Amino acid sequence: MISFDFEYYKPTSIIEAVNLFQYLHQKGKKPIYYAGGTEIITRARRNDLSMKAVIDIKAIPECTVFQFQDNKLIIGAVITLTHLSEVNVFPLLSRTSSGAADHTARNKITLGGNISGRIIYREAVLPFLLSNSQVVIAGPKGIKYASIHQVFKKTLQVEAGEFLVQVITDKNYINLPYVVARKTKIQKVEYPLATIAAIKRKEQIRTAFSGVCSFPFRSLEMEKELNDRSVPLRVRIDRAISHLPGPLLSNVEGTAEYRKFVLGNTLEDILEILEGERGC
Amino acid sequence: MLTDGSRRLVMDIHVNGEIRNVIVRAADTLLHILREQLGLTGAKPGCENGDCGACTVLVNGWPIKSCIMLAVEAVGHEITTIEGLKDTPIQKAFLKKWAFQCGYCTPGFIMNCYALAKIHPDADDTMIQEWLGSNICRCTGYEEINEAIKSVLASNPHLGAKLL
Repeated sequence: MISFDFEYYKPTSIIEAVNLFQYLHQKGKKPIYYAGGTEIITRARRNDLSMKAVIDIKAIPECTVFQFQDNKLIIGAVITLTHLSEVNVFPLLSRTSSGAADHTARNKITLGGNISGRIIYREAVLPFLLSNSQVVIAGPKGIKYASIHQVFKKTLQVEAGEFLVQVITDKNYINLPYVVARKTKIQKVEYPLATIAAIKRKEQIRTAFSGVCSFPFRSLEMEKELNDRSVPLRVRIDRAISHLPGPLLSNVEGTAEYRKFVLGNTLEDILEILEGERGC
Repeated sequence: MLTDGSRRLVMDIHVNGEIRNVIVRAADTLLHILREQLGLTGAKPGCENGDCGACTVLVNGWPIKSCIMLAVEAVGHEITTIEGLKDTPIQKAFLKKWAFQCGYCTPGFIMNCYALAKIHPDADDTMIQEWLGSNICRCTGYEEINEAIKSVLASNPHLGAKLL
């Protein structure tokens, strides 16, 4: 049970949502945008959030788009992770997203919610980091397009009143060879020790990670080491791990040392697959 | 309707083929309203954190954990609870295969199995495991539950929708 009250709004256009946010913000309601709502509800139940208004964006047409247009795949922020898997037009995304939570939860969790959330484990962003996707963000200053690398730095960097509307991916990235590895301690449905998504493009391997550090990331320094084929595989991996952008997570799922062990072995498997052209 | 932002909302929701009028706080979960206002206590409160699946209901035919859905989100959608299923093959299969022990998780499992058989009547072992991995049975009766869903799927994999 959520112990405090809040107001609920369901605008049907971007401009209505943005105006509502500004109005509610000025009234001191601490509004938040709401898509699938799974993280918001669980945090609110724990009194970890204290908004006095939520703005549900599921009725905004631009947020529900899921189509190819001009050789780009456009995915609206409120498309659920299950829908992504069922339609499966972007296999890397389908596979990566299907690691989040469990199947029934993914019927509610949205792409935008997973990318914009505060939870450590945000697998859905990994394919977009690998594909240099663009994001569409709406806010008081209008609609802006930006590279995901510009706006996703540990978390989605949006200003007050802004929200993610769409993610746009070049069609050239949709069917590249890929590998997704999700390692857990015991069961399939639990937070991972590491989720690694990798693609091969123009003989170069790109990797993105979730559950390794306290935030999802793609590291060009790590990729440079992993693609240095002048040295043995294990050396490449060890050098790559030395460039992690933050401390290894150490929690109930696994210690930092164990994660490092799992990470190294999993990267070895991934490189062997992709360099052997056996990508999925 | 419910888009005016008021803290108490009067709304109609479509549950088990009926239109039901409820008064809700925007902060109320669907699980809470089903149980406390509509007397539909088949959906069980377990973890209330989206983990255990005991509160699973169908929203437009898809399983959803009603503890992580606001009741206000239900407007315009068809909700089905365990009370809305009568003598379906999956219910009979649970009885026949002894796919329950204490029974607390049973409604959630049945709703999930029902949806799976309807949406993917040709589901293979991997898909069954993926879908049913959303529910937890503290009595660990997973093997019998697995047998129950498989028996329904196997009875006519091409006519899953008609079976149910």
